[in-house]
Amino acid sequence: MATATFRIWRGDPNGGKFHEYVAEAAPGMVVLDAVHAIQASQANDLAVRWNCKAGKCGSCSAEINGMPRLMCMTRLTQLTLDKPITIEPMHTFPVIKDLVTDVSRNFRAKIQIKPFKPRKPDAPDGTWRMAQPDVDRVQEFRKCIECFLCQDVCHVLREHHLHDKFWGPRLYVYSAALEMHPLDVEDRSGELRGAGGIGYCNITKCCTKVCPESIKITDNAIIPLKERVVDHFYDPLSRLFRAFGAK
Amino acid sequence: MPEFETHEHDVLVIGAGGAGLRAAIEASAAGVSVGVVTKSLLGKAHTVMAEGGIAAAMANVDDRDNWKVHFADTMRGGQYLNNPRMAQLHAQEAPARVKELEAWGALFDRTSDGRILQRNFGGHKYPRLAHVGDRTGLEMIRTLQDHGIHRGIDVHMECTIITLLKDGERVAGAFGYDRERGRFKLFHAKAVVLATGGIGRAYQITSNSWEYTGDGHSLAFHAGADLLDMEFVQFHPTGMVWPPSVRGVLVTEAVRGEGGVLLNKDGRRFLFDDIPPLYKNQTADNPEEGWRYTQGDKDARRPPELLTRDHVARCIVREIREGRGSPHGGIFLDISWIKEKLPNSAEHIKRKLPSMYHQFKQLADIDITKEPMEIGPTTHYMMGGVRVDGDTQMSSVPGLFAAGECAAGLHGANRLGGNSLSDLLVFGKRAGENAARFAKEHGATQINSAEAQAAARRAVEPFERASGEGPYQVQSDLQTMMQTHVGIVRREEELQKALEEIAKLRARAGQASVGGNREYNPGWHTALDLENLLTVSEAIARSALDRKESRGAHFRDDFPSKDEAFAKANTLVRKGLDGAMQVTRVPAQEMPAELKQIIEEMK
Ligand SMILES: Cc1cc2nc3c(=O)[nH]c(=O)nc-3n(C[C@H](O)[C@H](O)[C@H](O)COP(=O)(O)OP(=O)(O)OC[C@H]3O[C@@H](n4cnc5c(N)ncnc54)[C@H](O)[C@@H]3O)c2cc1C
Ligand code: SF4
Ligand code: SF4
Ligand code: FES
Repeated sequence: MATATFRIWRGDPNGGKFHEYVAEAAPGMVVLDAVHAIQASQANDLAVRWNCKAGKCGSCSAEINGMPRLMCMTRLTQLTLDKPITIEPMHTFPVIKDLVTDVSRNFRAKIQIKPFKPRKPDAPDGTWRMAQPDVDRVQEFRKCIECFLCQDVCHVLREHHLHDKFWGPRLYVYSAALEMHPLDVEDRSGELRGAGGIGYCNITKCCTKVCPESIKITDNAIIPLKERVVDHFYDPLSRLFRAFGAK
Repeated sequence: MPEFETHEHDVLVIGAGGAGLRAAIEASAAGVSVGVVTKSLLGKAHTVMAEGGIAAAMANVDDRDNWKVHFADTMRGGQYLNNPRMAQLHAQEAPARVKELEAWGALFDRTSDGRILQRNFGGHKYPRLAHVGDRTGLEMIRTLQDHGIHRGIDVHMECTIITLLKDGERVAGAFGYDRERGRFKLFHAKAVVLATGGIGRAYQITSNSWEYTGDGHSLAFHAGADLLDMEFVQFHPTGMVWPPSVRGVLVTEAVRGEGGVLLNKDGRRFLFDDIPPLYKNQTADNPEEGWRYTQGDKDARRPPELLTRDHVARCIVREIREGRGSPHGGIFLDISWIKEKLPNSAEHIKRKLPSMYHQFKQLADIDITKEPMEIGPTTHYMMGGVRVDGDTQMSSVPGLFAAGECAAGLHGANRLGGNSLSDLLVFGKRAGENAARFAKEHGATQINSAEAQAAARRAVEPFERASGEGPYQVQSDLQTMMQTHVGIVRREEELQKALEEIAKLRARAGQASVGGNREYNPGWHTALDLENLLTVSEAIARSALDRKESRGAHFRDDFPSKDEAFAKANTLVRKGLDGAMQVTRVPAQEMPAELKQIIEEMK
């Protein structure tokens, strides 16, 4: 059976280096299979996160040959096997151990965003009526599996480390899902512009490219949010409308 | 004596899937302090993987539906071994729980008049599953998570509980370690809710993740709680079979709900050949009627592909065994054929089943809009679990509650698809509510620190053993053994053999050693999970041995028919005074007259 060489970064907050492992490359294998095989036979304590192995939970994010990807959805056949395959933890987040990083700041940022607040129910039984096309738009954002690959790739976080000033693409997708929710009556433009720092995004679209759920993060979430923020703060007429509850 | 990092909560919830989060939200709403522990990060629990939908008789699509029909469907599916009180509460309360999710921001697919759309699923008489394409679990867990984070609940992520602590008869807390640093943590509580999910990792071929090592089942057992129905393990008929690396990954039943058909290698829809008497009246007798059913024709009966999972899985096994399987040892599931019926079928399939389309495209190079999938049974769900009171969800240990997949009762001998997500909501809420009440009504507990010390000592032993074999080999051998001897088709000798093997594996597990340090060390975590896997494996094997008949998900080759002697009995497992596992039979819960009448009316 064919084999492949995997260069896996191993270490902790104090530093680390690449280790080379040779493993079988069986038909249909994904990178996570190889990592598991190495873990089972050669490196029992190799740290890696995963749950679903089907691209649904967003746990197994890493950088494979320099590209932010899900290990469970990256097939070996998509990579060239004659050179070693490099697997590293996401660079933007502090390393805990090996491929596992500390992504807790994403959870902390989320709590700052005002929660969902629905309008009064449409029907006496406490339910609402919504048309599928209105729901579609927001369902795109709700596909997000919180893999944080978009956060990993965004230069504002990765290179400029503006973690305290800039929520990042995942949290804009989350905000967009709330702001464009057909039932929501909350207004989040203040935080988006302030603590959320959406102004730092200069629409490079790198986040959109890596999203495993193919969410059009920049075009469908960030740009409309930016427009909302601009309208809200600089356009007195639209502010007047908002005061009457139009949304 | 080392001091442990200690956390105090009125209610401690172990598990952050649908059941755990719903319980935590409810307990917190009752005004008590709540802590949640989870082995993974928030939002990654198994619930995120659920695809098809949440069963609730809202009657948005078919106005003939109501709680009584849902109740009768659930009991029939469970072969009447369900706890009827739970089946009743579940059917009555599920609609309110689903609507509540909408009020918290969930966005389900819509009917043309703007209400929540419902789809067909196996064993449900009417279209009943609220859904979001085929990623309903994601919608549900994210809604609960995003709602829950604003409720002042303390969440301890990536923390694994290894033992429950008691104060006399009563539960007093739990003890575990954090995965990141490997430090021990002690949780002191007045009430504890187990919401740890299932046991799928006891088998080789499974749709379940590494988390499903039966921790809650095992924790409860060792704390002296009763387990019930452990012989009933659901093998889902449709898991992927090729390529090998994705073997077991689930293919949602929604594929069949949307018109997908099962074919053997000769292209025959073999399910028409074998329709169980209990379902004869409700099942289509020709393909055309079956198709009309999936398209919402109210006069049509459901196609045999939508019979209950236990039956469909066994028919598939039969086809494969008799040589009519597909090239990689499965059979075919075809949705692409609907192009004969619908003009833009490819778009339709992609819209209705987006993640299935992706899953096959990316992992198996199959375009499901054009060609059939190869599928076979996969270990999916545990009907058995902690025995609880139907109203309060309290176990036989005071202060210890259980909800969701780790609790038994609702599903009896076989679970209907979609009845799990609704189970999590209905009984998660009830467990949270009652745990909070229990905490308020009962005073503080005392922790016996010697118990925690002993657990801590045991936990670090794998590092101290010089050179045992690694834990992965033991785990993998256990999985293969369970798959071979305690799988879909069971028999006396095999089950006896399994018990012998479990004893040997237990000895090996006791010698397994791990290298490295305690920081984020999956080898160590696997070693500690072995105890739980062995406990549930033994409980399954012993219960399966005791039920000398075939019913629901439990099929005995040596006793292939139902036996009246078992028709009204549940299998109970508990830890004897000598520490050994005891199996007894208890009479099934008696059904009150009004429920009996509903069953009669719905026959
Ligand atoms: C692929 C797939 C598809 C499915 N589709 C459907 C569907 O369409 N409809 C349906 O009704 N059902 C479906 N099911 C079943 C359903 O998803 C599960 O039964 C349900 O989600 C279980 O929820 P839970 O809250 O009980 O546990 P889970 O969601 O599994 O959560 C368990 C939690 O307990 C934690 N935990 C476990 N052990 C410990 C420990 N020792 N210490 C600390 N924490 C611990 C875990 O970390 C996790 O947070 C599906 C299942 C699978 C696998
Ligand atoms: S588009 Fe904006 S958010 Fe996305 S990567 Fe570029 S700067 Fe970051
Ligand atoms: S938006 Fe896409 S890339 Fe970002 S966290 Fe969500 S799924 Fe991942
Ligand atoms: S393991 Fe769930 S996305 Fe990879």
